[in-house]
Formats: sequence, structure tokens, C-alpha cells
Amino acid sequence: MTVAKEPSALNFECETGNYHTFCPISCVAWLYQKIEDSFFLVIGTKTCGYFLQNAMGVMIFAEPRYAMAELEEGDISAQLNDYEELKRLCEQIKRDRNPSVIVWIGTCTTEIIKTDLEGLAPKLEAEIGIPIVVARANGLDYAFTQGEDTVLAAMANRCPEKAPVSETDKSDHNAIQKLLNFGKKKEDIAQEESEYVEHPPLVLFGSLPDPVVTQLTLELKKQGIKVSGWLPAKRFTELPVLEEGYYVAGVNPFLSRTATTLMRRRKCKLIGAPFPIGPDGTRAWVEKISSVFGIKPTGLDEREAQIWKNLEEYVKLVRGKSVFFMGDNLLEISLARFLFRCGMTVQEIGIPYMDKRYQAAELAFLEKTCQEMAVPLPRIVEKPDNYNQVQRIYELKPDLVITGMAHANPLEARGINTKWSVEFTFAQIHGFGNACDVLELVTRPLRRNNNLKDLGWDKLVKEEAKV
Amino acid sequence: MKLAYWMYAGPAHIGTLRVASSFKNVHAIMHAPLGDDYFNVMRSMLSRERNFTPVTTSVVDRNVLARGSQEKVVDNITRKDAEEHPDLIVLTPTCTSSILQEDLHNFVERAQLEAKGDVMLADVNHYRYNELQAADRTLHQIVQYYIEKARKKGELPTEKTAKPSVNIIGISTLGFHNNHDCTELKRLMADLGIEVNTVIPEGASVHDLKNMPQAWFNLTPYRELGLTTAQYLEEEFGTPYVDITPMGVVETARCIRKIQQVINAQGAEVDYEEFINEQTLHVSQAAWFSRSIDCQNLTGKKAVVFGDNTHAAALTKILSREMGIHVVWAGTYCKYDADWFREQVSEYCDEVLITDDHGAIGDVIARVEPSAIFGTQMERHVGKRLDIPCGVIAAPIHVQNFPIGYKPFMGYEGTNQITDLIYNSFTLGMEDHLLEIFGGHDTKEVITKGISAESGLNWTKDGQAELNKIPGFVRGKVKRNTEKFARERGFKDISAEVLYAAKEAVGA
Repeated sequence: MTVAKEPSALNFECETGNYHTFCPISCVAWLYQKIEDSFFLVIGTKTCGYFLQNAMGVMIFAEPRYAMAELEEGDISAQLNDYEELKRLCEQIKRDRNPSVIVWIGTCTTEIIKTDLEGLAPKLEAEIGIPIVVARANGLDYAFTQGEDTVLAAMANRCPEKAPVSETDKSDHNAIQKLLNFGKKKEDIAQEESEYVEHPPLVLFGSLPDPVVTQLTLELKKQGIKVSGWLPAKRFTELPVLEEGYYVAGVNPFLSRTATTLMRRRKCKLIGAPFPIGPDGTRAWVEKISSVFGIKPTGLDEREAQIWKNLEEYVKLVRGKSVFFMGDNLLEISLARFLFRCGMTVQEIGIPYMDKRYQAAELAFLEKTCQEMAVPLPRIVEKPDNYNQVQRIYELKPDLVITGMAHANPLEARGINTKWSVEFTFAQIHGFGNACDVLELVTRPLRRNNNLKDLGWDKLVKEEAKV
Repeated sequence: MKLAYWMYAGPAHIGTLRVASSFKNVHAIMHAPLGDDYFNVMRSMLSRERNFTPVTTSVVDRNVLARGSQEKVVDNITRKDAEEHPDLIVLTPTCTSSILQEDLHNFVERAQLEAKGDVMLADVNHYRYNELQAADRTLHQIVQYYIEKARKKGELPTEKTAKPSVNIIGISTLGFHNNHDCTELKRLMADLGIEVNTVIPEGASVHDLKNMPQAWFNLTPYRELGLTTAQYLEEEFGTPYVDITPMGVVETARCIRKIQQVINAQGAEVDYEEFINEQTLHVSQAAWFSRSIDCQNLTGKKAVVFGDNTHAAALTKILSREMGIHVVWAGTYCKYDADWFREQVSEYCDEVLITDDHGAIGDVIARVEPSAIFGTQMERHVGKRLDIPCGVIAAPIHVQNFPIGYKPFMGYEGTNQITDLIYNSFTLGMEDHLLEIFGGHDTKEVITKGISAESGLNWTKDGQAELNKIPGFVRGKVKRNTEKFARERGFKDISAEVLYAAKEAVGA
């Protein structure tokens, strides 16, 4: 996706794509927890199963609502009928768990043998009476968090089209609102409605932990903006209504397919904003949404300043330090922008995939931040090559490398500080209140260094003789 | 299609990668989609590797699907050859390449023309072999390749070493306590006056492989990895092999006696009986432990064992033969090698279980209600839910099963470690007694976990009070047995009297 006129002076490069990241099927691990009445069925091989079981660690033992449909040789050679096989498995799932939706995750194998999951699903859905959503979250096409994008894009098509008309349950589709209104009388609700400014319905998309959903919802409420729904909701049965002309805004940088689906298929209007990561990002996000609705935001100056004041202890530690993103989860641009604002320099932003259109506002914000902080613009490396990156890391000697677990220990052994990138995916990093969590993660290796600084144990590998 | 939540043995390519990355200066290139390089994370995290795992991916993406890999695989091989100068590059197929059916062999041949190092295609089919079988095959393949290469060049030494010597075959990265076992085996060999010729694959250079025929015999401590290689070396060079796992006092002695027999047949004239005796009685504490009062308290306690062939078989024998523990069932997930397991353990347990379905294992554990479980991490979690202690004896394992401290399972120090593991897993004997005598110190009200069926029976106040006096770790069992008793006799309410009646009737 190239944009005709590229005003950015950012330096974009593209390497070989030889990098380490999680397989996108990992999205089931957080989505099954988010969508409480779902069941995720990953249709793949032992390789997929092995990854999930190991990557998700102990979560696997909590009776997860996900399983593998493990393909056997008979499935590959079509000696077994895939429809019959899936039907048998889905009936078993219905019997044992009775979910409100079964999400099929298509994998590399189903792509290669061309299993028509999208074709089979409606047929089977009619037969067993449970919605079946198909998401092709495979390693051939996507990296890590993009898995969530494929699932949410598929879910976007399942959102109800019309709000219920009757006056009494006008806000019935609004799960969060209902939750917030719980136990209140009608008059209170009516009064509460008046706290909002008149604006077209706004639906946010992106899976976040419930506490963060509440925080961001309240953040907008302060400006009189009402969140009509959230994709995904806590339950599949509570997916938000999406009518033509609704406004939508993303909360995560890796949701470009979902954004596209919402615009093209559901005729929604996308608010392109920086993402609410870091106090600067959160403020820009709120401001952008407010401006679209013609609202003049209030109190954001003080709010942001207060957060920065609270963060000072952390910021002191990172100011003037350099950071290198190897790239594996698509949060890199937003995190880099926040770290620039904290006074760090970013030597390289590796990223699996860069949608310049969906991330346009974030990229512009990154550029602006660099100018304001008077630091050089970073190079953005799409589809990076880990081997080359390690050579550059040796050269640049960054103070911190944000990287996957495959490289973290070897780099540490060579005296290079690392932070495991996947933690940023699972930690709560959105909104004003969670900015300190990001810095908690970023500063951890630096604080560890302070504790161990006099021990002289920086480099723990023997110099390898180069042949 | 199979509905699966968990698996005991990984996919084939993991086995190949474990063997390849165990060698020094061998690089594996996976033909796989993005994200399949999870092996690197496991190796880096679990075994806390300081070096980069020598595994990269030749990424299969949409373009590869449409046009084939074309130059990509060859380019990746030659690039890695130039960057890191490995002795050997192993092209590793995955489930994806199994169905793409590209001519990987051709890529290897083409890359070999340019590469300075050797290039090889691992001969493993994802749909036919699991991790363990693939590891065994790959090791054999690499050894065979270098033996044949040396033979062609006329560099194959044929003379045996002057002193008795051994190849230890099957030590690999991510293997359960493999590095500690290796140290212990080397120590044992030193004590026996046997030189270690090579250890493969861990830490070995492929250039050493041609020297393998110089050893007097091969030792394959693990059933799963190395046997095929040992058999190949026997066929080629007549080198005998010892495949008795030296785990536990009796088996260690048996292994040493076999070694004695094998090297004496080649003129060594050694007698290890004195050594075995000294070690058994005075160095290893395991034999003495069997006689001690502590172990007496374990007599007849119920245990279940599950794991890979090597460890499950060895533990079953130790529990039953060396400690007098009642092994209700012993099981393995190595279905492909089930006959061997059955033959090994049949006389030491009531029942043999061959399955790789963790749900089935959980169910039989719940049914048997053993005092302790010896299994994998999965069984440990079943134990947690059922409130039964578990000692982890086999992969799949987590990071805590890669201890930094010295914890071999093999040899005489291994017997000490296993003794500790077993004894600590059972609730300490005397504590058990004291709790029973004094009615326990546990005042928690919650006693069911809901794994057994809901009873619908009513516990009276005094019945409940009496039940609460029973020590926590047996309370669930007593409760279930009493309820069973009450149901059979048609009691609606369970009073203290019913509880004791049940105790008398069924020994609850």
C-alpha cells in the first residue's frame, strides 16, 4: 500500500524478511480470554500446536477454550473429507463447551492444501447452529499481532447492522455503557446521557484488557464523547452495532485489515489518529477524535503534564540513552515515538509490516516528535533481516535492544541490554494511566544494570575465533 | 483430524534441530513459514544459551507458494555458508515443506557446488515421525555421512584405541538433564578406566565423527536418541553397544557389568565387581536409603509413572524394585516403541499404559488417587489440581527443569538425586503419622476440588468435623470413599459414625 504523495522525510527501507517473530496464531491466547464465550479452533499441524503449547506456557493448563484440529496425513491427501472431519470436531466442542462462537484459525497448511474454510463455515454453521468465524492467521502472510487483525476483520462482518429501535433498550447494544450503568435508575441514565456531547456513534476497535477498555472509555467521556461499542466486546453476543456512517477508531497499530473492512464493507468512517500509547499518544488520540466531532478538548494539557511529572523518575533513567527495535509486533512506531518524547534516541525501528496509510497519523506524529526533540529521524526497516541487524547492533552499541526471546539471552551475554518485545503485547500500555508500565518495562534492564554495575560481569561469552 | 490441546512429543523438525544445533559449528536452515523458528526461543530460554542458536529460516511466503522457492533456499544456504563458515548446513523440512513437495534435495546439491561447508537434507517426514524419531534419524544420518565421506577419502582410522574407550551417543540440547547426565557418565567412565572417545551430538565437531570406529564400544544411555547410530556402527565396524540406561542402583550395576563383558571380550581383563560393591554400599546413598526407616514408611504407597521410554521405565523399576513402592500403572507416550516399554516394566507395575492423550492420563490419575505422581510437566499440573505431589522425570519440561545446580539422573550421583526427588515427592513419612495422630493442623474448610462427581450427600456437622480432622492430603480420598460407602448402603446423611463405619469397611 503506497500513498501517492509521501510528505514524510522518514527513511523507509525493506530487507529480506528473515526475522524472528511469533506465528500469528498466537492471537488465540489473548483473544479467547478477551471474548469469553468463544472457542478458537486452530486447524493446523503439530508444528502449530507445539508453538502454542510452548509459547503460551502455563496458560495451557487452565482448560483453555482453544484447541488444535490436528491435520493428519489422511487430511492432507484428502482421503478424509474435511467437512465431515470439521463437523465431528465442532460437534464435540459444542457438546463439551457450548460456546457462542467457534473461530476457525486457518494456518499455513490449510492455505497450501487450499481448504475452503470460508466456504465450509456457513454450511456447517447452519447445521450445528453455532456461528463460525473464519480467520486466516497464517505465517505465510502475517506476523504475530496481525493475527488479531485477521480475527477482528472477520468479526467486523458479524457485527449487527441495525441498532434495536425500541426506545426502552436504546442503549442495550452498548455493553460497556450497560456495565457502567449497572444498578442505576433510568433517570440517572438519562442524566448521564446529557453528559455527552451530541455526536455520531463511535465504535473503537482492538482487543484490550477490560480495565484498559474502561480507562480509555472514561478518558473520552471526559470530553463528552460516548463510546457506543467496542470490537471485540467481552462476549461474541455483545458485538457492537455498525451502521453506515458510524465513526471508528483503532487503538492498536496492527489493525489495518480491520480498519479496511470497517471502511469498505461496513461503510464506517475511520478516524486516523496516533495510537493511545504513552501520554503524548493518548492525548493526540483524544484530540484527534474530539476534533473530528468538533469538540474542543479540555483539561488535556494539565492531564498530560501531570502524567509526565509522575513519570520523571523513569524518564531520568532513559534520557539520552539509545534504543534499537529489532521489530516483531508492529507496536514499534508508537513505542519509538513515545521513547523519543522521553528523550531517548532511536537508532532503528524494525517492523514486520508498515501500513503507511493506516499509520499515517502516527508516522506524522513521530516526525513531529523528532523535530520537537531535535533528534535525527530514525530509519524504519520493514521486513528486517535479523542477521544484518545483529551486525548493526554490534556497530551501533545501543543502550537497549528491544527484541524477541531468540536473541535476548545471546545479546545479554555479549553485554548488550535487551528487553523482550513480547511483553509489550501483553502488558497494559494504553492510555494515560499505563504510560508508567511501558517505562517500567523499558527501564528494567537499565535498573538491573544499576544493581549489578560493580561486578564486572558484562561480557559472558568467550571471543569466538573467526575463521 | 484430531482434537488436541497438548502434545508430549514435538513435531519432527524439532528433533532434527535439536541434533543439528547440539553439534559445534553446524547450522540448520528450516524451510518454513514465518514464525516456525520457535525452536530458537526455546533453546535460548530453556537452556539459557549464551550463543545465538544456529538455526535460521528460509522463509516460505506467498511468493514461494506461487513460484516455488527457486533460488531462495540455495541463496540462503550459500549466504549462511559465507557468513558463519559452518562445517555443515542441515536443510530441515517442516510440515509445510512436506506438503509443498519441492525438490529440496536438488537445492542441496546445487548449494553444495558453491558452499565451502557440507550441505545435507534431513531425511524426516513430518507426517511419519515425531521429534524423538526424527532426532534419532538425523543423528544417524549425520554420522553415516561423515563416516562415508572419510571412507571415500581414505581417512577412516580403523585401529581401536590402545586403552578401552567409548563413544557416548545421544546427549543433546533441550534433553532432560542431558548435560548433567553427560558429566556423570564421563566421570563414571573415568572411574572405570575407560577413555571417552567422543560424545555426540552435544558439543561435538563433525570432524570427530570419523574417529568413532576407534572406540571399543558405544554407550547409548537414552532409548530415544542414538540407538540407530549405535546399530549402524555395529553393522559397519562390529562395534558392540551397551543400551542399558544406568539409572538407578540396579540398572547402573547392570550397565557396568555389561560394559565389563563387552570390553573383556576384546581382551581388557577388567573386573568391576569391587567397584560396583563399593559404590553401591558406600558412595551412592540410594541403597542405604532403601534400608532406612524413611523408606520403610513408603512401603506399599501407591504411585503412577508416565514419561518417555527411558525415564518412565527406569523410574518404575527404581520405585518398585529399590523402594518397595506400589506402581499402579506405568506409561509412555512413545507409542512407536511401546513393545520395548511393556517388556521393561510389565513385572514392576500392575498395568501398562500406552497413550499420548493427556486427558486420558489425567483421568486415570484421578481414578487411581496415588500418593505421588512421577511424570512430565503435564502430570505435574494434573497433580496440582488433584492435590497430589508430582516429581518431574521426563520432557516436556519447563525452564525449572533446566537446573543450574548439578542434578544428573544417571550414574551413582544420579541415584542420590532420584532418591531425593522421590522422597520429597511423597509427603514426609513421619509428618504423615503425626498429622493422623493429632488430627491435623489444617483447618481449611474447602475440601473438594470438584474433580470427582458431585455426591448429593449431606455431611452432618459432626461428620464434617471428623472429616476435617483428617490430614489435608488424604482428606479428598477419605471423603470420596466414605460417600461411595454411604451411597452403596443407602445413607442420606454422613455422620461421624458413618465415616468410621466406612473406614472399617473399605479402609478409607
